[in-house]
Amino acid sequence: MGWITTGLIAWAVGWQTNVWLARRPKTRLTRLIIPIIFGLTLIALWECLVRGLEVKAVLLPPPSMIAVRFATSLNILWQDLVQTVVKGALTGYVMGCSAAFLTAIVVDRFPFLRRGLLPVGNFVAALPIIGMAPILVMWFGFDWQSKAAVVVIMVFFPMLVNTVQGLQATDSMQRDLMRTYAAGYWKSLLKLRLPAAMPFVFNGLKIATTLALIGAIVAEFFGSPIKGMGFRISTEVGRLALDMVWAEIVVAAIVGSAFYGGVALLEKAITFWHPSQRG
Amino acid sequence: MARLWHKFGPVLTVVIAIFVMWYAGSIALNSAWAHDKAQRAGKVLTTSELVADTMSQKKPRLPAPHQVGAEIWKTTGAMVLRGRAFSKRSLFYHSWITLSSTALGFLMGTALGVALAVGIVYNRTMDMSVMPWVIASQTIPILAIAPMIIVVLNAVGISGLLPKAVISMYLSFFPVVVGMVKGLRSPDHMQLDQMKTWSASGQQEFWRLRLPSSMPYFFTSMKIAMAASLVGAIVGELPTGAVAGLGARLLGGSYYGQTIQIWSALIMAAALAACLVGFIGILQRRVLKRMGMA
Repeated sequence: MGWITTGLIAWAVGWQTNVWLARRPKTRLTRLIIPIIFGLTLIALWECLVRGLEVKAVLLPPPSMIAVRFATSLNILWQDLVQTVVKGALTGYVMGCSAAFLTAIVVDRFPFLRRGLLPVGNFVAALPIIGMAPILVMWFGFDWQSKAAVVVIMVFFPMLVNTVQGLQATDSMQRDLMRTYAAGYWKSLLKLRLPAAMPFVFNGLKIATTLALIGAIVAEFFGSPIKGMGFRISTEVGRLALDMVWAEIVVAAIVGSAFYGGVALLEKAITFWHPSQRG
Repeated sequence: MARLWHKFGPVLTVVIAIFVMWYAGSIALNSAWAHDKAQRAGKVLTTSELVADTMSQKKPRLPAPHQVGAEIWKTTGAMVLRGRAFSKRSLFYHSWITLSSTALGFLMGTALGVALAVGIVYNRTMDMSVMPWVIASQTIPILAIAPMIIVVLNAVGISGLLPKAVISMYLSFFPVVVGMVKGLRSPDHMQLDQMKTWSASGQQEFWRLRLPSSMPYFFTSMKIAMAASLVGAIVGELPTGAVAGLGARLLGGSYYGQTIQIWSALIMAAALAACLVGFIGILQRRVLKRMGMA
């Protein structure tokens, strides 16, 4: 009983603090601290409820147990991280996004291609592409190459569609101005249309970060060497070692947020002129 | 004619190009095995023999489109003709399994998304504490925990539809939250002030102004949510060990090297996605038209 009461009290205190903080004028600090308090109270509530209700560790381990497991198996986690994120996801992400970016420029140059590829691209972007994973694992083998290939295919179409849209984001007035400056295709592409496309490009890049990690992890469910986050998750689930699974998920969460955050920071630096970044 | 060409010509060209590339790819990828086989039989293949062989292998690296088409017909149309549309070998059966968990997950996700969005729009504390986590939850490759959700829910005695639907729900609530928050906040000051001058209550403001003006956003995010929910259902079928559903067909095919089966499941999943998203598109056009917004 004690644990449950403690948990509920922690929850109430956390929520009240947030209510009090939210009533105060919005500052940078409150905007940062409120979600953190919310997250911490959630973790506290989780810990207390698991202990209080005596949930078995094979169903839902308490956060403290996950933290201990995380700290004691840093080696394995790091090895999995390198295999899945650095070799699989990042390689595929860079290859897929740059391929899509270049394709988008070509597509944009020829209106015929644009009118043909854009609907197809939009269609493909809505398909469950992750299903290609078993095929690509068969083609490229169990190691990271097949994971990178899955990532390439997954990020390609969202990135392509966004970039093509971005390249059309200039209005005719701006393009006319470039023409009065006697700027040719390349000049106006470099000076006007690519910069104007950047918000869209970054939108695509941000969507692609999550897709890249998902692709790399899920592809490992279809076969992998004996390391990698997807491999670890699926085997440890089989052994009911859920604390290890959660430790992998913590890693995935940290990496995912860091990846996304990194791209968002880059966006802030490059598209500083855009209204959404000035606010 | 020219107008028709202008509209469909480019798309048609691209689709034809895809098929040409597909055939070329299947010849290129399957020829190694064809040569290998011929060498062991002590024969040398002519070009036409080679092409014929690459398109009729039983376990090709890349099956040709007509092989996939034949497999799909064998497992759908032909089964219907024999009156066994829902036998376990029929793709309709597997699609139905996937569709049911997709739909359930989608409904749960949409409901959760709308509820969260209303809370976020009307409660400042919730806005500031929950919204960042909603966004952060999407940077986490959540599909990774699909196996765990399935196994854990199985252990507490919940199996079948619900665990898969939970995964679909998790993937589909996010676009709805983001879209609905945007939509519910889309009425501008002028419109809100107008409601005030009519001395509308909070309830009336919600039902008569905010909710109707959020509809375009709602439908757009539902399309994304539907696609995400299908992915969730397919991935959710993997860890259950290839029992039923399109995901199970994918996994089963990859265990036994049945590439044609994988491709036919893939095409079926694509068709399912197209139908579901298309259905929401039609609904969107109907509803928005009646509301005078499209």
